[in-house]
Amino acid sequence: MSAVPKQLTPEEIQRRRKRSVAIALVLAALVAIFYVLTIAKLGPQVLNRPL
Amino acid sequence: MAATPSMTSLTNSAISDRPFVEAQSSGGEVADYFALLKPRVMALVIFTALVGMTVSPSHVNPVIGAISLLMIAVGAGASGCLNMWWDADIDAVMTRTRTRPIPAGRIQPGEALSFGLTLSVGSVLVLGLAANWLSAGLLAFTIVFYAVIYSMWLKRATAQNIVIGGAAGALPPMIGQAVVTGTVGIESTILFLIIFIWTPPHFWALALVKAGEYARAGIPMMPNVAGPDSTRRQIVAYSAVLAPLGLAPVALGFGGLIYGVVGLVGGLAMLGLSVQVLRRRDGEAANKAAMSLFGFSILYLFLLFSALLAEQGLGLFRPVLG
Repeated sequence: MSAVPKQLTPEEIQRRRKRSVAIALVLAALVAIFYVLTIAKLGPQVLNRPL
Repeated sequence: MAATPSMTSLTNSAISDRPFVEAQSSGGEVADYFALLKPRVMALVIFTALVGMTVSPSHVNPVIGAISLLMIAVGAGASGCLNMWWDADIDAVMTRTRTRPIPAGRIQPGEALSFGLTLSVGSVLVLGLAANWLSAGLLAFTIVFYAVIYSMWLKRATAQNIVIGGAAGALPPMIGQAVVTGTVGIESTILFLIIFIWTPPHFWALALVKAGEYARAGIPMMPNVAGPDSTRRQIVAYSAVLAPLGLAPVALGFGGLIYGVVGLVGGLAMLGLSVQVLRRRDGEAANKAAMSLFGFSILYLFLLFSALLAEQGLGLFRPVLG
């Protein structure tokens, strides 16, 4: 059997783009969650360290 | 058992003229993935977990509390997603569920499985890091209980499916209290019991009306196994236990005057509507009585928990006893 790459329709491409944006937003939200969680659990002193 | 062949064949029929197609990617919208999480159930879980937090005799950092609530909701959504993956064959033959993303062919079963597992593991880990590992363990137990014990085993095996499986829906207040206190106290245990005892009359009222659909899908719901009359008697029995149980928070001191009034009136109404279901056994009147109970049961639980939230969260608590 030979593999035939599936040709995406414009609608499928648009839906894929929306899914990609959604994944990006979720990842950004995760970054924000871990940031505020760190501050909330450890306090602002976590930022105060000798360089 | 395989939950997906009917779906896969539906999708494949449209592309059968091609010699080979790469691993099928989803054509699903973002909204389809969101629908996999059963957003209405998620909203209910957030609500009951929040009440579990507010009745707890201590406080939590609001940021940690908010993130914990979000993770509890995501975990509940993940279990809903796994349930939809497993039950896609049943969903396809029931009118209420046949438009869900998997039976409708908008999302591939494997994608739903990956999505559900990823969110399950992620939500448990983040909850453990944000709050504590007891709450994370309870969330993991809830997900496994709903997706494996209920969906994969009980649902197709016994008429007690929703009785035992109801424990999964009753756990969020306990998780909420575990987030705040690091332990499970009497308050969330009572809330667990209220939801647990509420579940059978709630679901069986719907099952009485949808008995034909459940039979066609091969689900042994109580009306199909024990018969409608036995189900009606059991609905009354559970409601008779639920009405006084709903007042337990007053007796234990964490439900006040508002809650007491709502619990008393609501409990009596639940019992009255259950008796109506028992008395009206034939024709459209029977369906109407069952749907009235189904609808009111949702309102009853919502009002009970709203009253607790208002009393504990908004400072409206007025003690009934002492």
